[in-house]
Amino acid sequence: MAQPDSTTTAMGEGEGRKHPDGTTRRDFLYLASAAFAGTGAALTGWAFIHSMNPAADVLALASTEVNLQPIAPGQAITVTWRGKPVFVRHRTAEEIAKAKADDSAALPDPQPDSRRVQREQWLVLLGVCTHLGCVPLGQKPADSKGDYGGWFCPCHGSHYDTSGRIRRGPAPRNLEVPTYSFVNDSNIRIG
Amino acid sequence: MAKYDYVPSPFMANSIVKWVDHRLPIFSMIDTQLIKYPAPRNLNYFWNFGSLAGVMLVIMILSGIFLAMNYNPSTAGAFDSVERIMRDVNYGWLIRYIHMNGASMFFIVVYIHMFRGLYYGSYKYPREILWWLGLLIFLAMMATAFMGYVLPWGQMSFWGATVITNLFSAFPIVGESIVLWLWGGFSVDNPTLNRFFALHYLLPFVIAGLVLLHLWALHVHGSNNPLGIDAKGPQDKIPFHPYYTAKDAFGLAVFLIFYGYFVFFSPYTLGHPDNWIPANPLVTPPHIVPEWYFLPFYAILRAVPDKLGGVLLMFGSIAILFLLPWLDTSRVRSARFRPVYKVFFWLFVVCCLALGWAGAMPAEGVPLFVGQVATIWYFAHFLVILPLLGWFERPLPLPASIAEPILGGGRAGVMAAGKPMEKA
Ligand code: HEM
Ligand code: FES
Repeated sequence: MAQPDSTTTAMGEGEGRKHPDGTTRRDFLYLASAAFAGTGAALTGWAFIHSMNPAADVLALASTEVNLQPIAPGQAITVTWRGKPVFVRHRTAEEIAKAKADDSAALPDPQPDSRRVQREQWLVLLGVCTHLGCVPLGQKPADSKGDYGGWFCPCHGSHYDTSGRIRRGPAPRNLEVPTYSFVNDSNIRIG
Repeated sequence: MAKYDYVPSPFMANSIVKWVDHRLPIFSMIDTQLIKYPAPRNLNYFWNFGSLAGVMLVIMILSGIFLAMNYNPSTAGAFDSVERIMRDVNYGWLIRYIHMNGASMFFIVVYIHMFRGLYYGSYKYPREILWWLGLLIFLAMMATAFMGYVLPWGQMSFWGATVITNLFSAFPIVGESIVLWLWGGFSVDNPTLNRFFALHYLLPFVIAGLVLLHLWALHVHGSNNPLGIDAKGPQDKIPFHPYYTAKDAFGLAVFLIFYGYFVFFSPYTLGHPDNWIPANPLVTPPHIVPEWYFLPFYAILRAVPDKLGGVLLMFGSIAILFLLPWLDTSRVRSARFRPVYKVFFWLFVVCCLALGWAGAMPAEGVPLFVGQVATIWYFAHFLVILPLLGWFERPLPLPASIAEPILGGGRAGVMAAGKPMEKA
């Protein structure tokens, strides 16, 4: 008499049909369903994580226009762009000369002044310290401008020069130059 | 832990209790884990701080829920809604003072609880996971308190949030995207405030879950004790109720007087006046400081002139605590029997206080220097001193049992003297 088919009776279908290396069809099913469910969970998870990134309306509010006319040489104004301060400084000839002269100084984040301005009397910067995001002082006449005549961040003591470049302190990078363009001679659009 | 014979409390014989317990053994759980639960007979008041932390968690959740009923999580409305809570909502001032000062009390209690663990070696075998769960609770508490402080939307709220979220920008490549993701915008703004409120509401319940795991791990081997030796038998233990329920209740009463003093007589001592100025994204206050309980970590952050270095060191100062059970190479738990460790323990306490002081000062001159020295000491304590002490220190002789130093050795008198966990 033939042996009863132990593979189907004792272990359930599939389980017993072992490959020579000891794996079964069921192992494959386990792996395939785990991989399928895992991928699905990860993709769904991404939807939730991505929901925390800036939303479409936040991304849309992305440009601000500034009239430069009222800003006299040596003065600066602060405008808001994307919820952050933007510094617009009308530089004096002296400040421009100093910025250019320092192109060859030892800079932590080397960049020539010419790469940081479109028209050299107008310096446009994100007023956010590249250390931990405080707003540096130096916009108001009474403010400390730091040891390099630009800006000084009181939070942890970063000094920026008249080109907005980091010169001393914990900040790793120069103050960022936002994208902007001259709409005409007296107006710029930021963003 | 030695085995103790369990004699159920009388109420366990009640037929309703029995009916319920047969279906959901909640009364058995209360009886074995809270009432008859065998605890070392020599616990001192430092063992009070765990239950105080539990009480603080309950107080924070209750006061928080009532604040949330009147709080408006939007940049336009948050500051005013907190003002309204203070002036117009019936007893709103009380609930807010309880919550505000409660955060400080919670940290005081938890810091003492943690230093207790350091002094008596409670993080050592077999309590490593218990220690880790405590650290996870500590991390979750810091996140909760940080986000809570943002909610009233004052100047310190806003700039604290800005500086702390910007810490993540220190990481190369992914840093900037992480920060945008945290903010949900290009700066700390309405989306940030909204999510912080949602998470501030959620995290305390996560903490409650972690606390249950913490207690579960605790009850596997039972509490450590001031001698740091394992219980040898029934004479070393007493039932939790009434001995420690009474002791904890007395401690709680004293603590509530302390807490009440701040709530009723000095509610702003532990806060910062700049948070009475509504958030202004264009003006940073001249001197940003976090809440006092974060100051030591803030000092470590600022001790290094490098941005990424400072951030890594600050996270490292907590990460290193997870490794403590292996960095401390001594097998003796309690500092009572470790004459050299005892000295270094107190030096470490001084080191942490010095960090706290340095963190409150502007980062320049003497405070900066003190912060740097203390930062080096902090890490040296864990990475150099503790590993070496285990080898070089000669511990004092340990008592034979917990009961021995109290009852003078002989086991005959022991059973009668302390109404211990006797056999039935
Ligand atoms: C681990 C427990 C908790 C801690 C450590 C904590 C901490 C804090 C802190 C430090 C503040 C700022 C207080 C201020 O300066 O005014 C705060 C505010 C707030 N918390 Fe909590 N909290 C906790 C639990 C909760 C819970 C469970 C809720 C429930 C929703 C809650 C709701 C609020 C609300 C609505 C505010 C804003 C009102 C205010 O500023 O007074 N908190 N929390
Ligand atoms: S944020 Fe400017 S120096 Fe730290």
